Amino acid sequence: MTRPALTDQHLRRKSAEYRRDVLRAIYHAGAGHTGGSLSCIDILNVLYNRVMNISPVNWRDPLRDRYVQSKGHSVEALYVVLADKGFYPFESLEKLCRGGSYFVGHPTRKIPGIEMNTGALGHGLPVSVGMAIAGKLDAASYRVFTLLGDGELAEGSNWEAAMCAAHYKLDNLTAIIDCNTLQITGATRDVCCNEPLDEKFTSFGWEVLCIDGHDVAELTTALSRPAASGKPTCIIARTVKGRGVSFMEGVVKWHHGVPSADEFAVAMAELEGALK
Amino acid sequence: MSAPAPSLHSAEAKARAERLGLRLGKANLDVFAEALTELATADRNVLAVTSDSRGSGKLKPFGEALPKQIVEVGIAEQNLVGVAAGIASCGKTVFAVSPACFLATRSLEQIKNDVCYSDLPVALVGISAGVSYGALGSTHHSLHDFAALRAIHNVTVLAPADNRETRSSIRWAATHDRPVYLRFGKAALYDLSDEPAPRDPRVASLLRDGDDVALIGAGETVIHCLLAADLLAEHGVESRVLSIPSVKPLDESALLAAGRECRVVLTAEEHSEHGGLGDAVARLLLGAGMTPVFRGVAIPDEDTYTGSQADIFGRYGLSMEGIADRALRALDAARVVL
Repeated sequence: MTRPALTDQHLRRKSAEYRRDVLRAIYHAGAGHTGGSLSCIDILNVLYNRVMNISPVNWRDPLRDRYVQSKGHSVEALYVVLADKGFYPFESLEKLCRGGSYFVGHPTRKIPGIEMNTGALGHGLPVSVGMAIAGKLDAASYRVFTLLGDGELAEGSNWEAAMCAAHYKLDNLTAIIDCNTLQITGATRDVCCNEPLDEKFTSFGWEVLCIDGHDVAELTTALSRPAASGKPTCIIARTVKGRGVSFMEGVVKWHHGVPSADEFAVAMAELEGALK
Repeated sequence: MSAPAPSLHSAEAKARAERLGLRLGKANLDVFAEALTELATADRNVLAVTSDSRGSGKLKPFGEALPKQIVEVGIAEQNLVGVAAGIASCGKTVFAVSPACFLATRSLEQIKNDVCYSDLPVALVGISAGVSYGALGSTHHSLHDFAALRAIHNVTVLAPADNRETRSSIRWAATHDRPVYLRFGKAALYDLSDEPAPRDPRVASLLRDGDDVALIGAGETVIHCLLAADLLAEHGVESRVLSIPSVKPLDESALLAAGRECRVVLTAEEHSEHGGLGDAVARLLLGAGMTPVFRGVAIPDEDTYTGSQADIFGRYGLSMEGIADRALRALDAARVVL
């Protein structure tokens, strides 16, 4: 059975639903990384609903596409998307960050749909390079996607992996940088400036695309490129930390801030409003 | 390239080894390369990942024979372990090879998270371990790998003592579905027994039986324990010699038997005195309520002493003579009447 393709409008609505679900989960858990989860939602939405060949049905298939969330602190976004894809019921998220729960504050492979334990930064790109090398060795058709934070790029392991990916001509690998320009201490350019990111990745031998990370059409085009260039792809997705909640947008304190009851009500009203 | 120096460094020790009929074999590194080549020839899903270490890891012939089964990441040990984990997650059997001094600390977080926490069957191979690179100074001494790896959940830590144990360890690691760390030195080693090594390297080998003193070694110190036992016999001391290829998990039954039945327990390791075999054995024995006179011969926590492996073993009493002397003094302390 072929499902009807989701329109851009459908996807935008899904993003709004995801943002609402993320905020709800974090509020009830009393913990979580709110700003970064909200900034990467559109990226995950397009990956899981339009680009990647991954579902609970083919989850153990060696030919499935792989997604590694290197910026593991935004796991709430991933949990919500995986629940929507049917990897587990939404109710599972009620256990988020509870004692003994598998739904830990960073990704673990104990959760169906999660490929790799991450959370310590600078780990996702090297393991994704390994997956892409394995794919090349097997002449397999799958693609590997990894989501990085822009602040995370200060970790040197990323650049070891970036060199390696180009050396092995891993055009089956796409790194997406959720470039929300903020990290826990402040603006990334003030903490340890890594600009110009596009030139850095280009000089490391990657194909680089700079796009609006909230535009589902741009994301679709960028993420759907055929893997035939002989180069890994880096998508620099410009995003807004805290996207969708006016008082969170671009505000550092929401990196892992949890809203009060009043703030939650205001935020939910905004997010519900986006659904109308 | 010159042949590796044998692991015994005094004429007396060599003569004693010959009298005991011990046969000088190869460096464990050579055996590792051969065993891996054998496994990888039979199964194209067996891979080596190296960080500019195919030469020091003796894997050049492997790379020439099986070029599609070796992944080179350059001098990038963090990436080495991450890449190995990624490849292993796709169903392949991966041996990640790097000098132990870098692998066990520079890549420690990748070992902890990408391999052990993610529960992927990567065999981490720390080569030129201990003070194999003794003359190169502290940067190249790996006196911390047992301590670092023992403290990480979900990894077996192996230090085979001879070529037999090495073959067994490699074969076991290739089929084990969890993380393994293997530690190899550079020296040519004597085979410690004519018996085949246990198929499961987590099992200790009883190389000599006795109940005055238990001499317990891991890796390249075991031969010195065995020769020290022979020397001690001339003093009327009956020694039990145990090779502990698995520093974690420990073969508890063999060690508890030694603690129960011997008056002195002595461990010898090419590692810092902190966090290695000695600490593990002492903790086990004390936890079981045993209080034998205990001595841990190891590298003390002091400014690095450089020199050949022989120089360093000699300085810190890890030679046959040093171990025997330490055992005799411990027996005195235990007020054993000989």
